[in-house]
Parts: sequence; structure tokens; C-alpha cells
Amino acid sequence: MSYVRLLNVTKKFGDVTAVNSLNLEIGKGECFSMLGPSGCGKTTTLRMVAGFEDLSDGEIYVGDRLISSPKRNYYLPPEKRNFGMVFQAFAVWPHLSVYENVAFPLRIRKLPASEIEKRTKDALRATNLLKAAEDSPADLSGGGKQRVALARALAINPDVMLLDEPLSSLDPHLREEMRFEIKDLQRKYGFSIIYVTHDQSEAMALSDRILVMKSGVVQQIDTPLNVYNRPANKFVFSFIGLSNFLDIVWEDGRAFVRGESAALPESLTPPEDMHGKGGLSLASRPSEIDFVSDSDEGGLRGIVSRKAFLGEIIDYQVKIGGQEIRVQKGRRAPGPELGEACWLRLLRPFWYAGEQ
Amino acid sequence: MSSITQKSRFGVAQVILFLSVAILVIVVAVPVLLILFNAFWVNGEFNIKDVYKIISEPQTYQALINSLIIACVTTIGSTIVGTFFAWLVTRTDLPYKGFMKAMFLVPFMLPSFIGALAWKMLLSPNAGFINKFFIDNFGFDGPIFNIYSYLGISLVEVMYLFPFVFIQVCGALERMDPTLEESARISGAGLFTITRKITIPLVLPSILSGSLLIMLYSMAHFGTVAVLGIENGIFNIPTLIYERIHQSGGSFDAIRTGTVLATVLIITAAFIIWLQGKVLGKGHYQIIGGKSFRPMELKLRALRVPLLIFCLVYIAFTIVLPTAVIFLVGGLKTYGLPFTWENLSLSNYKYILFEYNVTKDAIWNSVTLGLSAAVITMFAGVMISYVIVKMKVRGKRILEFLGMLPFSVPGSVIALGVILAWSGQFGINLYNTVWIILVAYIARYMAFSLKANSAALEQVHDSLVEASRACGATMWQSLKDIVLPLVRPGMLAAFFLIFLPSLRELTVSIMLYSPTTRTIGVAIYTLNEDGETVVSAALAGIALIIIIVGQMLINRFTRKVGV
Repeated sequence: MSYVRLLNVTKKFGDVTAVNSLNLEIGKGECFSMLGPSGCGKTTTLRMVAGFEDLSDGEIYVGDRLISSPKRNYYLPPEKRNFGMVFQAFAVWPHLSVYENVAFPLRIRKLPASEIEKRTKDALRATNLLKAAEDSPADLSGGGKQRVALARALAINPDVMLLDEPLSSLDPHLREEMRFEIKDLQRKYGFSIIYVTHDQSEAMALSDRILVMKSGVVQQIDTPLNVYNRPANKFVFSFIGLSNFLDIVWEDGRAFVRGESAALPESLTPPEDMHGKGGLSLASRPSEIDFVSDSDEGGLRGIVSRKAFLGEIIDYQVKIGGQEIRVQKGRRAPGPELGEACWLRLLRPFWYAGEQ
Repeated sequence: MSSITQKSRFGVAQVILFLSVAILVIVVAVPVLLILFNAFWVNGEFNIKDVYKIISEPQTYQALINSLIIACVTTIGSTIVGTFFAWLVTRTDLPYKGFMKAMFLVPFMLPSFIGALAWKMLLSPNAGFINKFFIDNFGFDGPIFNIYSYLGISLVEVMYLFPFVFIQVCGALERMDPTLEESARISGAGLFTITRKITIPLVLPSILSGSLLIMLYSMAHFGTVAVLGIENGIFNIPTLIYERIHQSGGSFDAIRTGTVLATVLIITAAFIIWLQGKVLGKGHYQIIGGKSFRPMELKLRALRVPLLIFCLVYIAFTIVLPTAVIFLVGGLKTYGLPFTWENLSLSNYKYILFEYNVTKDAIWNSVTLGLSAAVITMFAGVMISYVIVKMKVRGKRILEFLGMLPFSVPGSVIALGVILAWSGQFGINLYNTVWIILVAYIARYMAFSLKANSAALEQVHDSLVEASRACGATMWQSLKDIVLPLVRPGMLAAFFLIFLPSLRELTVSIMLYSPTTRTIGVAIYTLNEDGETVVSAALAGIALIIIIVGQMLINRFTRKVGV
């Protein structure tokens, strides 16, 4: 079922390893996102798939066809790969009309005139641009330009669509709208998407699977739900969603929140294999913490050091020992006041050991 | 209290505006108007018939056509050469690109008439070294190339003018968002198609704007045509103006022919500037991109070494060879002797620097004229730019219009206008003095100063002055302590942009010099005309050294200041 395959793909710029032996299989019609902080290697990976960057090692296949292999010194040039691609800065040609922008890849392929017209119009219709066909793209808004770029990528009916932060130049509300338009187009045309972004909600909303990357190394590849609910490591946990970490120390075989005199309650016992380990931390999400009445219910004691009303939710900062942890509750839920002592129960605690 | 301050500020503004307008009117507008007036008014009445008659005289008509032919060939040649090299150093994997780029900019600072002199020595039909070499060694009956021809003149101009296109296109290609080309690539277009359908159209405004600049320059260019054309009877507009006025000693008829020809130049220049504005306005594409990956480099593969050799040969042939010839001929005892060690010495150089009064004076004149013109024009330019960019006073429109004038008036027109204005017609006679050259230099280089200074002033946001006023500083204190320090780099740039070119100026000086007021350019040109080839070459060599050392000092200096 896998369609695009990356085997052991490595890219070095001088001494810097931008991508380190990446193995990846992307299915036909799948929407696959690459997520990570800037400089993590996600864009470099996409550009290697597109053919704009050579590989230092490894191989890339599309279907059964080898497209990049430094070992055999074989690179299928980008123009022969038959991909669609949308760039962050739109890259719409200002000297051509909207129509000519979209027709460009078809003209390059020397299709018959009637076919060019039909497919250009189809792509324009699918992106709601039919009315603007004769306009200059310079007159369009950012969203309009990005639609032109999408239509241009759609026109050749590609099997794989490469999207390089296509929405990050747009206004926030437009971004959400376009996100669903891309998803709709994918359903309609059935192409695979490789999507690069640093925006986790974008990746969550669109993707069948997400790859989280850091410093050129894969941290986790999984469904959005699993990446959120079962983060593979502390980095993934902190990168996806809001996160709290409490440093845990060991004394006489018992675990303590650093700076706190009372040992952790029984409900928060670290897993067996982490007993006695240094650099242990207890992770939780601000939305998955309850205020409980007292320590009998297995709560951690803290003092509210900040309370902010954010509209739908109330954001608390609670001091436990020397550390702080954020709690978010709906505005209707009862909660302690500023300066009050409270007990917290972590609904889904995660444990991570060792420096990361 | 506040109304009093208001009033006095109004006064200062008016004074500055008045001064600015006065400078531009006296230095630029009056000379141009006098040319137009003298061209169309004869004995107090409008006379277009005479204008037509003068233009249709065979020699003037031929000069107009020649200017046009040479300008067109030069423009087309420079555009092709400049665009090709710009593409080569920005978009391919040619080796030593940094070095190449620096070398392609060298012709910018070399005076083209010195280049023309060198090519005359190399390729004049009978005496040119290359022609002679082929005739003597390979049994050619005649010259392999005659530099005294339209093609010869144009080719020499191309060698020195193509950087106008090169620098513009390099800039555009470097700033261009690489994803514009990448998206064409992923759309299925090969590199050749991308270059043709995407890259070239997107940088076309830059190419055209550089081409038009060359057209403007070449139409009104004196030096190359004077050195290479006159011998074979090829005159263009500026050389014919010079020839007529020079031969007749400034007779009325010659001046009148001059004004008519100059009027043609003014109209052509205005048209070209207008066209350039249109090209840039229409083609104002937003091609500067977001996140910047390195642009794709075309792998030249098998062509890499041949193209490298081609570039090196081009550089050797157009830069190294002419320069070497100038220095070698400058070292000869007598022109015509072969280049052997016993024939070469430094005595010519010693002679022109320490003994020969004509050349000693010329160097002194050029340096003092250049310094004075640069200082005066720098200060006048910063004041005028300040009014145009920053002040909100009535009457600014006039100044904006006047400020455009210096950009569009060619050197030979300025020289002629200055003769008309300062030869006693209005009570002041500066003719045959060094002052008339100074006035002409100020008019000629005002455009550079306005450009550099207004660019610097536009960087100084109004709020900086407002903040200083809010802190209690007066207008003058704000100008002195805030604005002036911030525009100092722009002023320095203006100074050097004027000082260096004025050292090698020929077009204006040649029309205005007297026996005691020769400049370096005039001395090189007249010595060569008088057959003193080796002395002329030696002086040209000295001029090249001054220019190159000056340019290097500026490069170091501006890098430190961060202009």
C-alpha cells in the first residue's frame, strides 16, 4: 500500500546533519504531516522528495520507481517527478494571469488545447477561482494567491502533493478555512499529501499520520490521536499541546516533587523501571488536571500563584514546591482563589526519565 | 509663544526652499532653457524652419543617425553581454563566481575613453599592434579588424557599459524568490523553459531599465567616438557639437547648430527617462520572497570549463589587455618601438608627474576641481534632498520637478548650456576660467548627490526628529544632532560618487577648457590628438592608478561605515 518510500535518507550540509537516516512509508491517498520546530529538517526532507536537494545517503522511491539515489548517482529531475507542490510564499508568477498560471504545467506537457482548457477550468472551479481567471495574481489577496498555487498544483492531477507550510503566510481565520478546503480537495482527487508545518493544530486537523521531528531525527510517527495521547518521549509531549513538567527526585527510595517535603501520593507512583533514576519528570496537560477537596483523594498540594480569566477558560498557575504548573478549567467549574491552597489530581500522568 | 516659533520656522523653511530652488535654477534650469531658447529663437522670434534646416544638413543629419546607430548597437550588445554574465554568476555552478562578479564590475570604474585609446593602439587599421602582428606574421594583406568603424566604436562602448545591465540583473536575480522558479520546475518545466518563460520575464524590467540607461549614456557619449570615430569621419551628436564649436572658436553659427543638436539630446533623454519610469512602474513585480533557500544552480556539466575559459578570456581581453597596453606604451621611449626591455622605462611617468607643466597642471586641476565640486554638490544635494523628502512647504512641487532635471541632462548639453549662461551674456564671464568647469561639474553631478542623499534621508523616520523636538531641541538642533549624523553615510557616498568620476571627466571639460585649465581627461585626449602618444598613455596610466587606488580606499571605507 505504501506509495512514497524513504529508505535511510540522510542529508548533510557540511558538518551539520540536517536529516539523519530517515525511514518512512507514505500510503496512497494518505495525508502525512511532518511537524517540528524550525530547523528540524522537515523542509529539507520535503525538498529531497521534490528533487530540489540531493541526498547524502539513502534512497527515495515512488511506487516501484527509484527517484533519488546518491549511491547510483541517479536523480530524477524535479520536473519529471509529476508532483504538485505549494510553497509558503505562494510563488505565483506575477507576469502571468491566474488562468495562465494554472495552465502552465499543462502547456509544458504539450496537452491538446481543449484538454488544457478543460483541466485548467476544472482546477479553477475546484478552488473557486473561475471568476478571477483573467485577473493578475498581483491583485489577489494572500488567500487568493494560495488558491492559485493550489489550482496550479492540482491541474496536472498529481499522485502526490507536496505542501511546504502553505498556510503560514495567511491570516489565522483564513488559515482554518483553507485547511478544510485542502482536505476537501484531497477527498475529491485522492492524491497523497506530504505536508510540512510547524503548526500542530494544522497537522492534527489534516493528517492521517504525523511525523514529529527534532534536529533531523524522527521522534514519533503515529496518528494524531496517538501522538497526542501516547507521546513517545518528553519532546513530543512538550511539542504537541500545552504541557507541564515537574522534576522528581528520589530520597530513601521514595519519590518527591523537587522542593516539596511530602512524598508523592500512592496514585502517582512512578513505573517500576524508572525507580531510582535521575532526571525523572512527571508530565501532565493543563486541561487534564482536576481540583480535588483534600489529600485523601491522592492530590498534590499547591498554592495558586496566578489566576487569569481567558474567556471560555480560566488559567491557573499553581506552585508546588519550587515549581509551577498550569491548570486550565472551564469558566463554570469551581476553583480556588488566588493565594489559596489547593489539591491537584493529575488525570493522565506521564513519566519520562533521563535528560532529553 | 507658540505662534512666534511657528512663524520663525516658516521663515527658515522658506529660506531653505528658496536657496534650493535658486541653486537648481541657476545651475541646471537656466543652461537648459538657454539651449532651447537659442535653438528656437533667432533675432527675437520663434523660428522652427531654421531648426529643420540645420537638422537636415548632411553632416548634422549624419551625426544624429550615427548617435542612434551606435547607441542601438551598444545597447543591444551590452544587454546581451550583461544579462548573460549576470545569469552565469548568479544561476549556474560556474567556478570562481565571486571573483568573476568583481571583475565584471571593474569596467564601471575604468574611463571608456582611456579604453578607446588602448583599443586604438591595438586595433587601428595600420598601426594597431594586433593588426600589425597578423599582417607581419600570417601574411594578412590588411587589418583583421578596423576599430575606426561603427562596430568598433560600439564594441568598445559595450565593454565599458555592460555593467549597467549586469549589476541591475544580478541584483534582481539575487533578490528573486527561488520558489518562483522551483514551482515552475515541479510543474514540469526544464531549466531552459524556466529561464525563458519565468526568469527572464520576471527580471525583464531590470534588464530594460539597465538597457535604457545605456542607451541614454551612449547617445550622449563623447570619449569613445571622439577617439575612434573622428579619424574616419564618424561623428555623433556630442562630438559634432565639440568639433563645430572648437573649430570655429565659438562662432554664432556653431553655437546654434550645437543648441539644435543639444535639443535633440534633451528630448531623447527625456523620452528615455520617461520610458524607463514606465517600464519600472508597469513591471513592478513583487518577486522578493519569503524564506530563502539557495536558488537552484544550473549544473553546466560539460560546458563548465569552456564557459570558465570564455569568461577568463573575456576578462583578459577586455580588461587586462587594454590596461597593460596603456602602461606599456606609457613606458616606451618613442611610439612605434617594440616592447623590449631596453625600450621601456619609467622616464615618461617621471616626466609627466614632475617636469611637464601641462600634465602637472592637469592633475592639480582635476584634483582641486573634483574636491570642490564634490564638497559643494554634497552639501547642496543634502539640502535640496531634505526639502524634497522631509519638508512640507508650499512650492515643493517646483523643486521636485527641478530635482528631476539633473538626471536627464547629458554632459555635453550641460557644457553647452554653461557656455551660453556664463560667457558674459548675463554680466558674468567665466569662460576660459576654471570656474566655468566647476559650475558645469556641479550641474553634471547634482543627480548623484540627490540620489544618495535622498536615499539616506528616506531612512530617517520623521518620528526621530519629532522625538528630538519633544525633548526640547529646536529645529536647528534636531537637524544638527539627529538628522545630520544619520545622513552622514549618504553624504559621504555622494562625495565619492562625485569625486572619483570627476577625476576622469572628459565630456564636459573638453568643451570648456582653456590652455591653462586642462583636466586629466582633457590632457590625455589632447596629447593623444597632438601625436604625443607615449606621454598621453603614461598620463592615462597615472589616471588609472589614481582611480583604482581611490576606488579601493572607498570600498574599504564604505565597508567600515556600512554605507
